[in-house]
Amino acid sequence: MELFAHQILAGLATGGIYACMALAVVMIYQAIDHLNFAQGEMAMFSTFIAWQLIQWGFPYWVAFGATIVISFAAGVVIERVVLRPVHDAPVLSHVVAFIALLAILNSAAGFIWDYTIKSFPSPFGGGAFLGQGLMSKHDAGMIGMTLAMLVLLYLFFRHTRIGLAMRAAAANPESARLAGIRVGWMTALGWGMAAAIGSVAGMLIAPVVFLEPNMMLSILLYGFAGAVVGGLTSPGGAVVGGFSVGIIENLAGTYIPVVGREMKLSIALCIIIAVLCVKPSGLFGRPVVTRV
Amino acid sequence: MLLRPTDTREPLVATIAGIPMTTWRLTALGIGLVVLAVIPFVMKNFYIFQITLAIIYAIAILGLNLLTGFNGQFSLGHSAFYAVGAYTAAIMMDRCDIGYVWTLPAAAIVCFVFGFLFGLPALRLEGVYLALATFALAIAIPQMLKSSLVEHWTGGVQGITIIKPDAPFGLPLNSDQWLYAFTVIVAVAMYVCAGNLVRSRTGRALIAIRDHPIAASAMGIDVALYKSLTFGVSALYTGVAGALGAIAISFVAPDSFTFTLAVALFVGLVVGGVGSIPGTLVGGFFVLFVPNIAESVSKGLAGAVYGVILLLVIYLMPTGAAGLVRLISSRLVQQGRTGG
Repeated sequence: MELFAHQILAGLATGGIYACMALAVVMIYQAIDHLNFAQGEMAMFSTFIAWQLIQWGFPYWVAFGATIVISFAAGVVIERVVLRPVHDAPVLSHVVAFIALLAILNSAAGFIWDYTIKSFPSPFGGGAFLGQGLMSKHDAGMIGMTLAMLVLLYLFFRHTRIGLAMRAAAANPESARLAGIRVGWMTALGWGMAAAIGSVAGMLIAPVVFLEPNMMLSILLYGFAGAVVGGLTSPGGAVVGGFSVGIIENLAGTYIPVVGREMKLSIALCIIIAVLCVKPSGLFGRPVVTRV
Repeated sequence: MLLRPTDTREPLVATIAGIPMTTWRLTALGIGLVVLAVIPFVMKNFYIFQITLAIIYAIAILGLNLLTGFNGQFSLGHSAFYAVGAYTAAIMMDRCDIGYVWTLPAAAIVCFVFGFLFGLPALRLEGVYLALATFALAIAIPQMLKSSLVEHWTGGVQGITIIKPDAPFGLPLNSDQWLYAFTVIVAVAMYVCAGNLVRSRTGRALIAIRDHPIAASAMGIDVALYKSLTFGVSALYTGVAGALGAIAISFVAPDSFTFTLAVALFVGLVVGGVGSIPGTLVGGFFVLFVPNIAESVSKGLAGAVYGVILLLVIYLMPTGAAGLVRLISSRLVQQGRTGG
């Protein structure tokens, strides 16, 4: 029983990472209506910017704030420069544009900051928070920050005019345009916010997994998985999904004998597919109804 | 265009510079076949080998295109079927000493069954959810191949080395030239089959499901059956490509079949043109050669150069190479009557 409780706690700690990423994934899904494969690399690049700022001697929180602002601006610029011109292309071409973006950011980060592993400071300190080595102070801080971001996002989307406008633009672009909402800029804003959330996720994750250009690849997979399990239309669901992926992964690794360490990922993904087969729109997602 | 029985005039024919479109198409096909036949005798072995690989990729992309382009199902997991095909061929050749020619039908059957079975649960999933399910498959396959359960067969992380076949019947070809010829023969057969498939009754059913599943089922098409069958056929194509790839490279290892391969196939599909059969050849060549070109431009920034090339391609031809050709020919084309 104790082992079980420990595994749940450890799962929550890793789940915090995935929840962060899943939240960013859902944000951009809300704004542009498909999954952004470059999300992880955008977060990684932002984290490198924060690292560079800290290296230049800025205090942590100044660098933190500056990185969020820079990432937001970069997200808007990427939408305007890279995705605007292919706006009318088929969806599959968009996905290729994301893959291109991923390759560019990954290679550029490696070129500028090289591929050696760098450590990234934690604002919460590294000591133990609960038990020995189960959940560090940083893990607890990360979970707290994720939940805080979720609350802020909820307030933003529910109680501000611009949040409402963004939801309208995503839900029904034509009607939103007729109501005087500038849909193109709302999409750009969505990109900016997704990049900003991604940068927070990156800065929270980097102390755990260390900083290097390929750090986000596997995390993004888990982020997608968490987002899909929770339902792509629900930020709260994404966070719950992220935590459950972390817990499932840990439990599967501990209790299913064949799985061991190296098959953890496969099993977690199998469970996710099983969930989707039973509930195709995710645990908390709205089922999509289209008029025929 | 409606032709009434009373209309005795010649039918409308699309022409470019006075020559009918069908003639242009046949000419292009003929030139293509002649080029394919000449290549092994004028090029260095290394380039012959590379073109062989490009054609193999094209077959794999054709498999993906049958699924995505003609049936509207999305897959990021075709590297898994490629891997299954490759391993089927490698295990048969290495462990059972079976001739390489026989590994292709075996890989085809194994992959068809695997794809069909995977297609059954995938029926419930659409769009991004199906993408995630196939994506999970692509991630899981390398780990499963390494797993200790199947290590005896797959050789674990080390993989399997097989022997490159020589030309049979004492043909005066070296092994690269023979493999090229063998691949081209298989490829031509597979392309002809795919072309016939999409023009058949079954093909029209697939396209109807892509365009409007509800209307398709109202017309009496068994949507679930056809979708799973398409998954099977698509896996079959990609699996045969995998088997050919294993024979050509004469080596298989789990890390050759990662998610990167799935992304490469997907990029090839979009660059060639979704829903275009000749476009898959363009896709195959793009997937093989463009990363090398990017590397020759700048070693450190190879990924960035590749990304920029990819973006430019999407800007210039958002519907792929096939879309570009269609656009150009629709500009040039004139509608006229042959009979005058």
